[in-house]
Amino acid sequence: MNAADRSQFVYVTFIRTTPAKLWEALTDPQFIRQYWFNTTVTSDWKKGSSWKMVSSDGSLTDSGEILEIDPPRRMVIRWLNEWKPELKAEGLSRCTIELAPVDKAVKLTITHEIDRPDSKLITAVSGGWPRILSNLKSLIETGEVAIVSRPAH
Amino acid sequence: MSDADLLFKALADPGRRKLMDRLHAHDGQTLSELCQHLDMTRQGVTQHLALLEAANLVAVQRRGREKLHFLNPVPLQEIYDRWIRKFERPRLKALRDLKRRLEKDAQSSPPTDPHPTRRKP
Repeated sequence: MNAADRSQFVYVTFIRTTPAKLWEALTDPQFIRQYWFNTTVTSDWKKGSSWKMVSSDGSLTDSGEILEIDPPRRMVIRWLNEWKPELKAEGLSRCTIELAPVDKAVKLTITHEIDRPDSKLITAVSGGWPRILSNLKSLIETGEVAIVSRPAH
Repeated sequence: MSDADLLFKALADPGRRKLMDRLHAHDGQTLSELCQHLDMTRQGVTQHLALLEAANLVAVQRRGREKLHFLNPVPLQEIYDRWIRKFERPRLKALRDLKRRLEKDAQSSPPTDPHPTRRKP
């Protein structure tokens, strides 16, 4: 597929921890809730498992399936927005999470892509990830998050 | 040099900020695509991209033979959390709005302009 026919972003952060600890932070619902604005993520993290996110008010925001999982290195989630009809209408997207040790840190790369140009879904999720990743880094490195509640969109 | 030093150094150059603007307008570009419409040599763009990548403001992905450059805003969020959020007050927004309004007024009807008819539309 030509790069012009898809929408995607690539976000990277370096976190001073180990791949095993970061993997746990990415898959443990209690921990996720702390950096993801009280969002509850449910999955048993196996290939083919269902995956869903429920916001603090109890509404289903996103659903999907674990397409690939290779702890503590890589995970690919098939991701469908359930929150806004116009975003859900764009169909399935893919979120790839990769961890690679670099010196005393772990390079965390999040790639979110969809096979269509000018995707509103990609624009919408691209605004949320930097805050989530900044929170995650802060929580792991200092034990505190910078942003507790979901900022208004 | 610390991560923060690399970051602020990368942001300190107008050419690099322009590259970030180009990626913000159109993410995932090759070096050749980025060189178009820019008043910089290919070598200059390459060097700027290397510094932006070192500061983690640009993430690179290989696709086949192509190397695509993506704007990575995560360090900017960290600057915001570290340097802006705690100083943020509604007053700052009020000041910014006032500045915008005054500058807009100055553009459309400068009160001291002695030759209003000579102004360009």
